[in-house]
Amino acid sequence: MPNKTDSHPNLISPDEIKPASLELETVRKKLAGANGPKYWRTLQELADQPALGELLQREFPRGAGEWLDPVSRRGFLKLAGASLALAGLAGCTRQPYEQILPYVRQPEYLVPGKPIFFATAMPFGGYAHPLLVETHEYRPSKIEGNPQHGACLGGTDLFAQASVLDLYDPDRSINITYKGEPRPWGEFLGSIRARVLYHNSNQGAGLRFLSGATSSPTFGSQMRAIQQVFPQSKWYRWEPAHHDSFRAGSKMAFGAYYDSIYKFDAADVVVSLDGDFLSGSWFPGFVRYARDFMTRRKDPEKGMNRLYVAESAPTTTGAKADHKIPARNAEIEQIARALAAKVGVAGGGAGQLSAEHQKWVDAAAADLIQHKGKGIVVPGVFQSPAVVALVHAMNAALGNAGQTVTYIDPVEIDPLINTDSIRELVGEINAGKVETLIILGGNPVYDAPADLDFGGVLEKFVADQKNMVLQLSIFKNETTDFATWHVPEAHYLESWGDARSFDGAVTLIQPMIAPLYDGKSANEIIAIFTDEPSSSGYDLVRAYWRSQHTGDDFEAWWRRSLHDGYIANSAFPAKQVAAKLGAVPAAAAVDPNAIEIIFRPDPTIYDGRFVNNGWLQETPKPLSRGTWDNVAYISPKMAQQFGFFVLETDGIAKSDSEPNVNADHQSDAQNVLEITIDGRKVKVPAWPQPGHPDGAVTLFLGYGRRKTGIVGTGTGYDAYSVRPVGSQYTGSGSIQVIPEHWDIAITQGHFTMDTREPVKAASLKEFLEDKHFAHDEPELEPRENESLYPDYRDKGWYKSNAWGMAIDLNSCVGCQACSVACYAENNISVVGKYQVQRGREMMWIRIDTYYAGDPANPSVYFQPLPCMQCEDAPCEGVCPVGATVHSTEGLNDMVYNRCVGTRYCSNNCPYKVRRFNFLLFADYTTPVLKLQRNPDVTVRSRGVMEKCTYCIQRITAARINAEEQGRYRDGRIDIRDGEIKTACQQACPADAIVFGDINDPNSRVAKLKSQARNYSVLAEVNTRPRTTYLAAVNNPNPELEKA
Amino acid sequence: MATRIDEEIDVIPPKGVRPPIIGPGQTLGTVADRIGGIVLTKHTPIFWLMIVALAVALFGVLNTAIAYLLGRGVGIWGVNIPVGWGFAIVNFVWWIGIGHAGTLISAILLLFKQGWRTSINRFAEAMTIFAVMQAGLFPLLHTGRPWLAAYWLFPIPLTMGVWPQFRSPLIWDVFAVSTYFTVSFLFWGIGLIPDFASLRDSAKTLFVRRIYGILAMGWRGSAKHWNRYESAYMLLAGLATPLVLSVHSVVSLDFAVAVVPGWHTTFFPPYFVAGAIFSGFAMVLMLAIPFRYLYGMQDFITLRHLQNCAKLMLATGLIVAYSYSMEMFIGWYSNDKFELGLVHNRLHGPYSHYYFVLIFCNIIAPQSLWFNKVRSTPWILFLVSTIVQTGMWLERFVIVVLSLNRDFLPSSWGMYWWTKWDIMTLVGTMGFFVLLFFLFIRFMPAISISELRTLLPQSKVKE
Amino acid sequence: MTAEPIYGLMAEFENPTDLVHASKAAFEAGYRKMDTYTPFPVEEAAEAVGAHHNRVPLVCLIGALLGMIGGYSLEYWVSVINYPINVGGKPFHAWPAFIPVTFECAVLGASLATVFGMLALNGLPQPYHPVFNVPSFTGATRDRFYLCIESQDPRFSISDTRKFLESYHPLQVSEVPY
Repeated sequence: MPNKTDSHPNLISPDEIKPASLELETVRKKLAGANGPKYWRTLQELADQPALGELLQREFPRGAGEWLDPVSRRGFLKLAGASLALAGLAGCTRQPYEQILPYVRQPEYLVPGKPIFFATAMPFGGYAHPLLVETHEYRPSKIEGNPQHGACLGGTDLFAQASVLDLYDPDRSINITYKGEPRPWGEFLGSIRARVLYHNSNQGAGLRFLSGATSSPTFGSQMRAIQQVFPQSKWYRWEPAHHDSFRAGSKMAFGAYYDSIYKFDAADVVVSLDGDFLSGSWFPGFVRYARDFMTRRKDPEKGMNRLYVAESAPTTTGAKADHKIPARNAEIEQIARALAAKVGVAGGGAGQLSAEHQKWVDAAAADLIQHKGKGIVVPGVFQSPAVVALVHAMNAALGNAGQTVTYIDPVEIDPLINTDSIRELVGEINAGKVETLIILGGNPVYDAPADLDFGGVLEKFVADQKNMVLQLSIFKNETTDFATWHVPEAHYLESWGDARSFDGAVTLIQPMIAPLYDGKSANEIIAIFTDEPSSSGYDLVRAYWRSQHTGDDFEAWWRRSLHDGYIANSAFPAKQVAAKLGAVPAAAAVDPNAIEIIFRPDPTIYDGRFVNNGWLQETPKPLSRGTWDNVAYISPKMAQQFGFFVLETDGIAKSDSEPNVNADHQSDAQNVLEITIDGRKVKVPAWPQPGHPDGAVTLFLGYGRRKTGIVGTGTGYDAYSVRPVGSQYTGSGSIQVIPEHWDIAITQGHFTMDTREPVKAASLKEFLEDKHFAHDEPELEPRENESLYPDYRDKGWYKSNAWGMAIDLNSCVGCQACSVACYAENNISVVGKYQVQRGREMMWIRIDTYYAGDPANPSVYFQPLPCMQCEDAPCEGVCPVGATVHSTEGLNDMVYNRCVGTRYCSNNCPYKVRRFNFLLFADYTTPVLKLQRNPDVTVRSRGVMEKCTYCIQRITAARINAEEQGRYRDGRIDIRDGEIKTACQQACPADAIVFGDINDPNSRVAKLKSQARNYSVLAEVNTRPRTTYLAAVNNPNPELEKA
Repeated sequence: MATRIDEEIDVIPPKGVRPPIIGPGQTLGTVADRIGGIVLTKHTPIFWLMIVALAVALFGVLNTAIAYLLGRGVGIWGVNIPVGWGFAIVNFVWWIGIGHAGTLISAILLLFKQGWRTSINRFAEAMTIFAVMQAGLFPLLHTGRPWLAAYWLFPIPLTMGVWPQFRSPLIWDVFAVSTYFTVSFLFWGIGLIPDFASLRDSAKTLFVRRIYGILAMGWRGSAKHWNRYESAYMLLAGLATPLVLSVHSVVSLDFAVAVVPGWHTTFFPPYFVAGAIFSGFAMVLMLAIPFRYLYGMQDFITLRHLQNCAKLMLATGLIVAYSYSMEMFIGWYSNDKFELGLVHNRLHGPYSHYYFVLIFCNIIAPQSLWFNKVRSTPWILFLVSTIVQTGMWLERFVIVVLSLNRDFLPSSWGMYWWTKWDIMTLVGTMGFFVLLFFLFIRFMPAISISELRTLLPQSKVKE
Repeated sequence: MTAEPIYGLMAEFENPTDLVHASKAAFEAGYRKMDTYTPFPVEEAAEAVGAHHNRVPLVCLIGALLGMIGGYSLEYWVSVINYPINVGGKPFHAWPAFIPVTFECAVLGASLATVFGMLALNGLPQPYHPVFNVPSFTGATRDRFYLCIESQDPRFSISDTRKFLESYHPLQVSEVPY
């Protein structure tokens, strides 16, 4: 309290105001106490009593006099002024005609203007991503990872970050339709009930369900319930980005389905056979794995782990590898066999390898053997079952199983082989065994294997009046065209549910907001078939867990679980399973001349479910930096053979191509290839991706949608249209150059560091020899305070808190989660493909990607680049209106409403991190989008410059909080280290971004900045950036280095 | 007033002989008749109508472009990140540069007592004013929110309590350009007073007399007035001389103050001033040659004037050439990686062809001016001037775009492509300029009558 | 003849030489209130009628000083006193950056002062002046040169002055009525 009053001299503490010692009350008592005819004539007479006398003499009771105290009077005038102003405002507002009522009962917890966080989870490909959702007045606005949950430790991936935009997508399906005609819920219910009665009569014969992968225990129990009520009914599954090889491989190795759990923090050597366990959202648990893996790289002085990667389609995991070899999938299987043989696994047979691959295998094998029990071999989700089986065998043979790799029961509800399942379903439909098909989520007409022609089958199916297709989906999509009934699905932020994260821990899904369009969850739809009246999602989930919970403290247990977002120690226990590998089926003989066609989920659109998400469309794909389209990766060598431009690693800019279509905009015209797989053709824009294996083309799934919203329409090509059921991720086909061009939009045109070296990198050996290798040009680096300018610290600036950021280039996996998080946190506008081609994307934190060395197999560097918050910021001096100036905490503030938009600041920014609203990019008209916006951040209008300000709204919130609590230490507002997390920092799975107070020597950021690896980008410009980087150090195998 | 045919007057003089400043047989009276005649005649020449019609059309184009710009935003242009300044700033610097010859001729040549200036200074000044008007449009229009920039850039008390940021070169620009415009306008204006009086007195109709009477402000040629007038005129000349040098220096500081490689150089001010005068004289010739031909003014704008302008072009052109070479030399000599990158970008970068065309226009073509034949043949001079004018526009393009499109971090390198709106705005300002200029020729004495008289032998006082 | 008060007598000459001779003589003869009117500046004439110096340069200097001080003090007050902000780590009083504006303000002040000072000293604009009453005065802006001796001059007398002027064989001598 005292130091509070010190800090606020304007306040008079209450105890200074004394109440009058005698008030009228006491006078009355006195008179009452007088007995007999004792009157008082005058006040004077009564006033014998000093106190009363004082009361009478004083015009006002004590305390009222405080108004005469100048401070208070000023306060009074302030109030008066404010109320006048408000009165004026009130005069301006039009009162609505409708009757409006205040809260009768204030909603619990709700403090207007203060966000509330709720724990929930995002189901994704059958796995739960535990989340903490920021809601403003119960509007979910921002997704964070659930820091208490072991599956993410607070990190997220870009899909979780962007999923909140899907909730508010104006193109969502908003009504129930019958053959395309809107229908009320009641009518739908009636029609379905009739159907249910019919199937009750026939044991559910002809009743078929098709859903995506799920791990929801409640859903599982409902499935079993259905099986009891309708014994004849069947469940089918289709997940376009399925993990069939994991299943088959597991079966092959263990004779049963198991999920693998990796402990990367315990591994010294990691060998990945196309396993994209860093930043591959399709790799179960990657968010946790990225964190674990990077814990072994944060401080090279304490030693580092080593990563070997053999991969087909280049991924960010390959980019982080110490030794990466590009290999076609067929070759990877050979590598797996060879490696297996080397580490003593029989049955694989020795694969035949190229010399280069052999060298890699020898080194990797040696390293693995050297680190028995401290190594991990990771299989690729999209590799053949053989590879997966061999990997299991290797981990067993190396004694890693049980140490760094454990096995648990599959998290997915009754796991199966998706391709078999969908094939069987189509067979049944064709055989006329199906009358009612319930499609829960998904979009099989679009993404089912091309040769099954699901669309055609379904068309014939619904043509028959007695058949019915019920589709539950969040969008009206290709499948909706063939659905008798379409029901809008509730977004996960609108519905109750549960799911298991990759380690089996049950995470509960609670709604943040009531369904915007009366959507229904899958659970609720299933419930229609079993119970009468059908129960709500809440009842279902709660009822299930009540049945599961042993013990009488259910209520408390339930509340705690909801609060935490997960059910305590519900993770699956590790199983002791031995890989008894029989003979692995020999690899199908591959014609070395055949072109291998590789299918992959798109890095930012996944299997197509996010195609209408503006943030993800505009998020550059890692490595290629393309947006708004999917491209087809080919190797630079192949590109040369075709005479295409080559994305060279020596400084030739590719975005320098003259505008070829209309001189109106800068476009990157790509050559077009036609891919043919058993007769089916698709035209794709070719992209020469450094590090892509020769003789292969990588196609990305999810684009080329025929029916979707405004955002997704007309983007990319449809890789599903050539994806056969037989070869889901690896096929072979022919390619042909088409004399056409395809304009793509890329956000980075140059992938070499030229002479500028914004990224400093060294090997562990070099680092240990020279810890200051990042400062290799000392003559260019200004000394501390070497400047003509005054040091503002002398003027008393930056005294309280001085914010700074340190980004560990070693840890960054280039997953783009930070960029998307920034979109969500700072209301950043999406500008569209055309504007991106013009170079006007609005990304506040971009991830620069650089290639160095041989294009066939280059080393790759990622560099997240937010505003550097320079202390001597070049942008500020040139602003004619002072719209960008420095704060006392050293931030480079942007004053949006003062900016007139000369763009001089951007020109003068050496890092080019400023973004300009060239047109009215922000959507001011679509109402539903307004719900998502962060109320603490201005929505920038046309003609205004914008940029990263270290999430100043979060800083301010923390400061206000600290001041409210009166936290001051030696004249500084005492904001605890880590109390403020910037959006990018919070989203980062690898914990690569650290923000904090550099005045506090004990803060993490100050410690990082004191490391030898710490350096500033473009130090020679002497802008003294507050954002600095920790140079990258990799850990190559000396053996391979020698050779 | 019979106009004389080009061939007769524009004979290339033999070596060593310089053509006269003013044609033979002109008297105090004929000067007034010939020059005032253009204004006072009732008959408007057909070519004037045609040119003005075309100019009005282009002016319409300009207004369309501006209207759409204000409606949609500056994004209709080609500007982007990293190239935040495009055509607009290029055009601004170009027009400002053109605007320099006028004041230079009027002021500096006056101080150097160059008699020949008198017959071209009037329309050179007009050219200056009109060019600065065009230039002034661009810095305003290129901002994201012109309606605010229009007054936030001036030190006006606002409720926000904030002021312009005086460390920014753009604010210096605001002051420099507005001062330059004001001073040039005053200079031009007081120069006109005696001529308005002369028109007033030779006007045929009462209405015209009234109009010019008002403009003449009751000038009566009193000795005392002349005396003050002369000193005021000299003083303005004295003031305009450093001003004209300062304006383009300040404009060059827009670039030199920035950290961008290719901008961040100390020798920009002289380099820019030389370039400005270079293009200014080119523009003077581009205007003078058609003017003297169309209106038969060969007696007053003689070959002597054309030659002198040509010589000045050659001289300034050589300074410009020197600047280019120094730019490259210092880039190489500094051995700074960013400067080297700039040199590489100019010579081998995606825009290198622009750079080489620029070298031809501004360095190679002007060398033809060494030859008397070229200097004395108006149509060739006109051609050379046009080439130089193009070159000077390209120079600004190279400075603005080729520096920004590849600055520090390769990841942010990009390209700049203009749009049709950029082109429309540029062409539109040309139309606006021509429109203003021909209106001026029609309604104001395009050559200073009173000053021209002082060149005549009759005006000398014999003892 | 009852002479109405007139403004003065005006002699019209064909060339500046005659004008200058007449003016010089008139000055020597003691006439002071007189003026010459010429289509272009004739320095000798001005000297002859005693217009040697003028105060325009002084006005110009004052304007320049005011502009200069005003400009700099505005910048100083704005950036140091009224609303000091940390701009790119530059000092509040960044005097080198203040020079350009100061210079421009000085030039602006000087120019405005010069032009409007000149007009004011000349008493322009002046819609009416007696000399315009002389029919032939239009020549003053064309090719004629005038010397006008004003009636206010103590030594002025219609007859003598007319004689005096005619002795310098002007084209004509005419009375200038008010």
